[in-house]
Amino acid sequence: MTTVALPPVHTSSAAAGRSRLWRSEWTKLRTVRSTWWTLFAMAVVTLGVAAIAGATVSHNWHTFNVAQRATFDPTGITLKGLLFSQLIIGVLGVLVMSAEYGTGTIRSTLAATPRRARVLAAKAVIVGTLSLVVGEALSFSAFLLGQGLLRSPAPHALLSQPGVTRAVLGGGVVIALLGLFALGLAAIVRHSAGAITTYVGVLLVVPIILQTLPSSFSQPILKFMPFHISDVMTSVVTAGQGSSLSPWAGAGVLGLYALAALGVGGYLLVRRDA
Amino acid sequence: MIKVTELTKRYRDTVAVRELSFEVPAGVVTGFLGPNGSGKSTTMRMIMGLDRPDHGSITINGRSYHDLAHPLREVGALLEAKAIHPGRSAYHHLQYLAETNGIARRRIDEVLDMVGLAEVARRRVGKFSLGMGQRLGIASALLGDPGVLLFDEPVNGLDPEGILWVRNLLKGLAAEGRSVFVSSHLMSEMALTADRLVVIGRGALISEGSVDDFIADTTGSYVRVRGPRLDEIARALESNGASIEPDGDDALAVSGLDIVEIGEIAGERRLVLHELSPQAASLEEAFMSLTHDSVEYHGHATDVVVATGK
Ligand SMILES: Nc1ncnc2c1ncn2[C@@H]1O[C@H](COP(=O)(O)OP(=O)(O)OP(=O)(O)O)[C@@H](O)[C@H]1O
Ligand SMILES: [Mg+2]
Repeated sequence: MTTVALPPVHTSSAAAGRSRLWRSEWTKLRTVRSTWWTLFAMAVVTLGVAAIAGATVSHNWHTFNVAQRATFDPTGITLKGLLFSQLIIGVLGVLVMSAEYGTGTIRSTLAATPRRARVLAAKAVIVGTLSLVVGEALSFSAFLLGQGLLRSPAPHALLSQPGVTRAVLGGGVVIALLGLFALGLAAIVRHSAGAITTYVGVLLVVPIILQTLPSSFSQPILKFMPFHISDVMTSVVTAGQGSSLSPWAGAGVLGLYALAALGVGGYLLVRRDA
Repeated sequence: MIKVTELTKRYRDTVAVRELSFEVPAGVVTGFLGPNGSGKSTTMRMIMGLDRPDHGSITINGRSYHDLAHPLREVGALLEAKAIHPGRSAYHHLQYLAETNGIARRRIDEVLDMVGLAEVARRRVGKFSLGMGQRLGIASALLGDPGVLLFDEPVNGLDPEGILWVRNLLKGLAAEGRSVFVSSHLMSEMALTADRLVVIGRGALISEGSVDDFIADTTGSYVRVRGPRLDEIARALESNGASIEPDGDDALAVSGLDIVEIGEIAGERRLVLHELSPQAASLEEAFMSLTHDSVEYHGHATDVVVATGK
């Protein structure tokens, strides 16, 4: 074989190392089809729900009673599809980590970067950025599509109205934070099926179980559940003020979920055998 | 060069590796031999910083793996055949590895060429045959042009042509001055490839040294003796310090004396010999007897450690 001298590494600074890791994680993410399938599925459900909601509300507006008309939230209704996207981004976030364990590539990855916390940090940067960009793009598209389909006499929302831009931006933020939460879960659980089950359990199953319990017990917990928070964050008109966190506090709680999962996942990644 | 010192690794109730010390010097192929489950893969994973030893240390070119700034430029490894995402192309697999360690793009094409995968580089790895997967693993190991290379059972699943290719590749890499460490449970394969051997059984060192020394020191090469009055021959040789074992029905396996001495002793007592032939046990037999010992007398495994001649 021929030995080819490699050019020296020009920049050995920490920053250069970081950006190399980011590029590598981006290469991994964009070179598997599951990434594009999950993003495609998110687009279909988010925009699909926005279109259906806009069209059916316009069609059925005459059947709405006074109370329904008073609390009608044209922003929130067109962003409901993001709930499905939250489940799907979880799959993407999980796979970024668990697929490495499933296929054994985690060994190549960690041999190339023995400072393991940096690997998870780079994955978080890539997953966070991609899900934020995609989440915001979908949130805004869903909003615009839905508003375009809301026909008077049904009211429609404008970004310039109070709380509307906050809600639409919030949709993307929720997607990004939940993607990071799923990534952290997968670093803890390491198996795709186990991590996805845990994620869906936290998002869907726990709230359903809570709802079967006495509300004096479940209410204080329910407002910390991701779906509930995301509902508040993507709505302009919120029902039952006292039983919900504010959109900002909600975003903070979701951020804590992500941080906690990534923190524990990172600790375990460093400690455990690969 | 790799230096392993008093390495111990436990998994719950099994001790996979115990107080293992050895070196992998530059410029030669060091074979890593042991029966199934003896701890070869575990040791290699620890060298690559993937599993954490319970005790002991490993240095690569004098430094711990964790402290290598660009590990792929110093150590390359083929650990498992399928440590590759089936949905990714061979090129992209190498690309993300190259990116982490700042390795130039053109090097990817070079190693793909080297292992003969240039034509299928853009195809998804899931469609690869076992041999192609193995070649891609080898390409990953060579990617950073490292001075230290580890191969865990590299010929697994390869056809004869592939086996020959790997054998020559390993020798070539060593001839360029690299440290090459290759595991196998097939002694015959190592006999053809390795210059040095590290032999383990049940996670502990049995022998370390050159292949020639290994055969000489551990096979207990013996002399086969046949004759009409075997009992008398046996007694005569034993009184001269030989150790005797039956070798089939009509022959003796004599060790401790060479053919000249045996011939002299028999001649003095006028004992007719029908055969007097030196027997060199094959490397395979040496390995079998050694690892058999390590199973049977595992408490005394250190008794048979061969001087390493360093
Ligand atoms: N991750 C693990 N968890 C628990 N036990 C393990 C683990 N890895 C290895 N072992 C145990 O450690 C011992 C050594 O295994 P190892 O795979 O290192 O052997 P090996 O020499 O590579 O065998 P083979 O020739 O079959 O590849 C075995 O008893 C195995 O069961
Ligand atoms: Mg093995």
